Amino acid sequence: MSGNPVFDRIKQDISDNPVVLYMKGTPMFPQCGFSAAVVQILSELGVKFKGIDILVDPSLREGVKQFTNWPTIPQLYVKGEFIGGCDIVREMAANGELEGLLKEKGILA
Amino acid sequence: MAMEAADIAQMIKEGLPDAEVTIEDLRGDGDHYAALVVSPAFRGKSRVQQHQMVYAALRGKMGGDLHALALQTATPEDAPKF
Repeated sequence: MSGNPVFDRIKQDISDNPVVLYMKGTPMFPQCGFSAAVVQILSELGVKFKGIDILVDPSLREGVKQFTNWPTIPQLYVKGEFIGGCDIVREMAANGELEGLLKEKGILA
Repeated sequence: MAMEAADIAQMIKEGLPDAEVTIEDLRGDGDHYAALVVSPAFRGKSRVQQHQMVYAALRGKMGGDLHALALQTATPEDAPKF
């Protein structure tokens, strides 16, 4: 698990920022429909988040997949915890679970 | 490179022998699928863990040959009724 400098960077990102989305493109200009879908869900809930574009850094792109043992991007973290990819975020948004989690974690009032 | 729906279902069942797998070809293009995987092996697992079990069964295809697989997992108790 250790010895990978990318993992240290990810740990730093997700501890410095309450909500982090590793994505393709930026929140303003997503480069992939799945990333865009999660940006939209977070925006509709009024959640402030840090979007990190993995397309500009190939080592980060591979590193984040290894870090979570998760094969795809986007990946959402709340308070350092990996919440899921696009499918899980969509499902949680649809059934209200995401809003509940964000309130519980003090992200949303 | 695309994958056939039947190949996806077979790989998932090889990894999760008790699973009920339903695959839908969303656009009819052999590249955008939705899968519902229902398995008793998911009991007591978080949703992230359930998805990781399916991805493990797909042995690296997900994110590679398989670009778009919308995945939904459930235990038999929680499975959506059609």
